[in-house]
Amino acid sequence: MSGYLRSVAAEFTKVTSTRIWWVIALVLFGYIAVLAGGLSALFGGVQSGAIGSSMGGGQAPPPAQLPALIYSFASSVGYVFPVLLGALAVTGEFRHQTLTPTFLAVPRRGRVLAAKLTTLFGFGAVLGVVALLASVGVGALVMGTFGVDPVLGESDTWALIGRSVLAMALWAAVGVGLGVLVPNQVATIVIVLAFTQFIEPLLRLASTFTDATAGIGRFLPGAASDALVGASFFSIAAPGASVLEWWQGGLVLLAYAVVLTVIGYLVTWRRDVT
Amino acid sequence: MPAGSVVEFANVTKRFGAVTAVDDLSFTVEPGRVTGFLGPNGAGKTTSLRMLLGLVTPTAGTATFGGVRYADLSHPLATVGSALEAASFHPGRTARNHLRVYAIGAGLPPTRVGEVLQTVGLTEYADRRVGGYSLGMRQRLGLAFALIGDPGVLVLDEPINGLDPEGIKWIRGFLRELAGEGRTVLVSSHLLSEVQQSVDDVVIIARGRLVHRGPLSSLETETAPQVVVDSPTREALAAALTDAGIRFTEGRTGLLAADPDPARIGHVAFAAGVELSTLHRQKSGLEDSFLALVGEGHTL
Repeated sequence: MSGYLRSVAAEFTKVTSTRIWWVIALVLFGYIAVLAGGLSALFGGVQSGAIGSSMGGGQAPPPAQLPALIYSFASSVGYVFPVLLGALAVTGEFRHQTLTPTFLAVPRRGRVLAAKLTTLFGFGAVLGVVALLASVGVGALVMGTFGVDPVLGESDTWALIGRSVLAMALWAAVGVGLGVLVPNQVATIVIVLAFTQFIEPLLRLASTFTDATAGIGRFLPGAASDALVGASFFSIAAPGASVLEWWQGGLVLLAYAVVLTVIGYLVTWRRDVT
Repeated sequence: MPAGSVVEFANVTKRFGAVTAVDDLSFTVEPGRVTGFLGPNGAGKTTSLRMLLGLVTPTAGTATFGGVRYADLSHPLATVGSALEAASFHPGRTARNHLRVYAIGAGLPPTRVGEVLQTVGLTEYADRRVGGYSLGMRQRLGLAFALIGDPGVLVLDEPINGLDPEGIKWIRGFLRELAGEGRTVLVSSHLLSEVQQSVDDVVIIARGRLVHRGPLSSLETETAPQVVVDSPTREALAAALTDAGIRFTEGRTGLLAADPDPARIGHVAFAAGVELSTLHRQKSGLEDSFLALVGEGHTL
């Protein structure tokens, strides 16, 4: 086995030998299941007439868009979870001083970081599958009971599911890049939460006000991710926003991951381990 | 087991901003012997060892194993095993998994994990999370990590710290055994007494500089023996010693006379009619030589 593959195997064992990855997976599943189930019931209820539109259901998305919207919650809402897993995989090494044995076992630090990026990309995909089990599994079930076609037979739906898994994998890689750039665990968690829950949504909304900023706004990571997946509640809330092609969105997200990781490697990863 | 190689520090310097932590340090450590790397806290021991292990980049100079830098070793854990002072464990990971992670990364057979856990006596606790470990158990796990590649060189930073008396006895014997097999063993400590029963050679540093190196026995002759003497009338005693031409310094528990013979000091006092309250040869042990070398004053 090559040194790089050995390092990937070591990084894989690091993730599976602590509890954080399945705690995150469990919370992600619960969160997305409740959200997808609840909103499927709400919008499904409005469309089937079980809930009167006077009760606030007037803004319900058109029936044809509903399944894609619900399924995309996996990534458009759930993406913060792979970012946290990726970031914690790096900041934990700094916090618990495990960089010492890591670099003693493998002194080639670039190889270790590349292996970590690869490994967390894989775990991001696993979280993507978990999130989709919640959004598609629960969402389709609830929509079905309200008579909304969950369109599970359509290839477009499965393309969206596949692109969502890719998006979640890329988000975990972005988390690795962020973690290596800001090794302080608390600072990283604050940045992840503030950026994903507050700053970026505001920036995306604000960028739609003028044509010039809209061109820039679609390169924000969340916008790129939604473009990759192909649907999100954001594109319905702000229908005028311009979006990238799905593959462009994927490349932009990949670029975030790689650029953050490379800068982090240069700034913190090569430093003295004391 | 690969043969032990010579550890060599060649003009190693490390500066952190304006502070020089290690200053032009040069020495070699030979295989088949236990070498104590000694100095007070803050002398630069840990920084030196971290430079040797490629974790800290020297400002100048090189530290090598048989002429090869750590970063260039083809099989690092199978060449050099090290246990550093810091508790480098993820508290949520079991001891067995901790060792597995690094064995996998270094390409070592997974069977080594169980073997080294057995060697350090942690088999019973191997599947508990390290967060619940005592300091002594963490030291043992650190040692297990050092041994996992069956290396020819062992670099241990303060390995005795935190061990219970039984553990201390065990590790002393173990270090002798490792050196007996032809391995190079470098052990740091801030207390000579902690390691003097197990080391053959000493390398002593203070304020980042080498102050002494040689066999342990070389410390015994470093300082001349002295006599501690005191009197209820210390001024009279001091005058008598001065009259007799005996040099002395004043200590906390009496005068420290630069003369190896208590009988002669007693005679001087008797002749001058000075009553004595204390008269004995100072136990000029290794520890005193050590403290004199590192500049922490004498121990009266």
